[in-house]
Amino acid sequence: MILKYLRGVATLKLDSAKCIGCGLCLNVCPHAVFKLESRKAAITDADLCMECGACALNCPTAAISVKKGVGCAQAVRMGFLKGTEPDCGCGDDSSCC
Amino acid sequence: MLPGRKSAQPAPPERISSEYTATDRLAAWKARWGIARMSYRVKPGLYALGSPSASSPVFAGANYTLSFNALRTNLKGLSAWLLVLDTKGINVWCAAGKGTFGTMELTRSIRQTGLEQLVSHKTIILPQLGAPGVSAHQVKAYTGFSVSYGPVRAKDLQEFLRLGGKATPEMRKVRFNFTDRIILAPVQLVYYAKYLLPAALLLYLAGLKNDAALTVGALLAGSVIVPALLPWLPGRSFAVKGAAAGLAAVAALSPLLPFGPYQLAARALVYAAAASFIGLDFTGASTYTSLSGVKKEMRLATPAQALAFLAGLVLLGARRFL
Repeated sequence: MILKYLRGVATLKLDSAKCIGCGLCLNVCPHAVFKLESRKAAITDADLCMECGACALNCPTAAISVKKGVGCAQAVRMGFLKGTEPDCGCGDDSSCC
Repeated sequence: MLPGRKSAQPAPPERISSEYTATDRLAAWKARWGIARMSYRVKPGLYALGSPSASSPVFAGANYTLSFNALRTNLKGLSAWLLVLDTKGINVWCAAGKGTFGTMELTRSIRQTGLEQLVSHKTIILPQLGAPGVSAHQVKAYTGFSVSYGPVRAKDLQEFLRLGGKATPEMRKVRFNFTDRIILAPVQLVYYAKYLLPAALLLYLAGLKNDAALTVGALLAGSVIVPALLPWLPGRSFAVKGAAAGLAAVAALSPLLPFGPYQLAARALVYAAAASFIGLDFTGASTYTSLSGVKKEMRLATPAQALAFLAGLVLLGARRFL
């Protein structure tokens, strides 16, 4: 069963003109958001994107952009209270980022 | 200036084994229940597993004990170099998100350990989940080492090597099945029990034993039912799933409660709001929620939770004066 989060919210963008078809985004994406189509990367389903940022950081031609962040309510709350970017204080925790 | 450029003569790598012992099992259990979590750190640096030679593969990992144990025990029978980065005792994925498992730390570590002098090749295998913090082309530019992203799970490492350093699509996917979810439940449970168990005790001592039971019910709904039944709870929003679990808990307890419809409805508002709040926090443990999504649902859910909670309390209070 594939668990999907909210529709149409992910900030993932792919600029096909810049893509050289190296396929590294397919390797680093943990949710199979990308596929190769006629030697270019293409997005399968942006709703699967969790905005981890691995694809954008590893794209050698900067063809991918995404607003990277942690999908964690505690982090968003902490960030809101401290007036910073979402970041939770549970740094030594194994299950929460 | 990059970190670690000038390095002293590195210490010889420490030898380690790939055995998984009873002590390791106990450490994993304690970490999940939050007992002395800060002590689950491995010293960063280079380790020798078996009897590695200049041509042996190099694996990078985090210095969180559970991550380190997953790596070394899944390489049983192999000789390899393990490069342990200083991630402040945080697992690979979370550390990569924060950037502590990152390009700079990997670069520093490669330089400081003198890895270049120990191996004759220029490839370093990283866990795929380290990718949010590491830029492969930058590491190559800084150190000359090529990053090869291995599988998500360390248990697929031997198969990955057998396939000549290739991961199957299945190895590349993060899962979130029942077992994955339920082992994370204690973290949420312990975190909210710190507040809600004393609250339940106070309610009990104040003679409100039904509300004490409902408080525990909301705690379990948000922290155990949400992870356990995640795919089957309605909606995609975790706040909605949490509220549904909370309502189910109130409904399940209702035959034991001496309340009429009015009293029960007011309490359903209070405890569903509490369970929704706890359930929403499970987004942090989940493997598929995005920041944009969490922000969107919080904008709606936080006021709704507060409103439902207060409305329930007002209804309960108003009844006393009617």
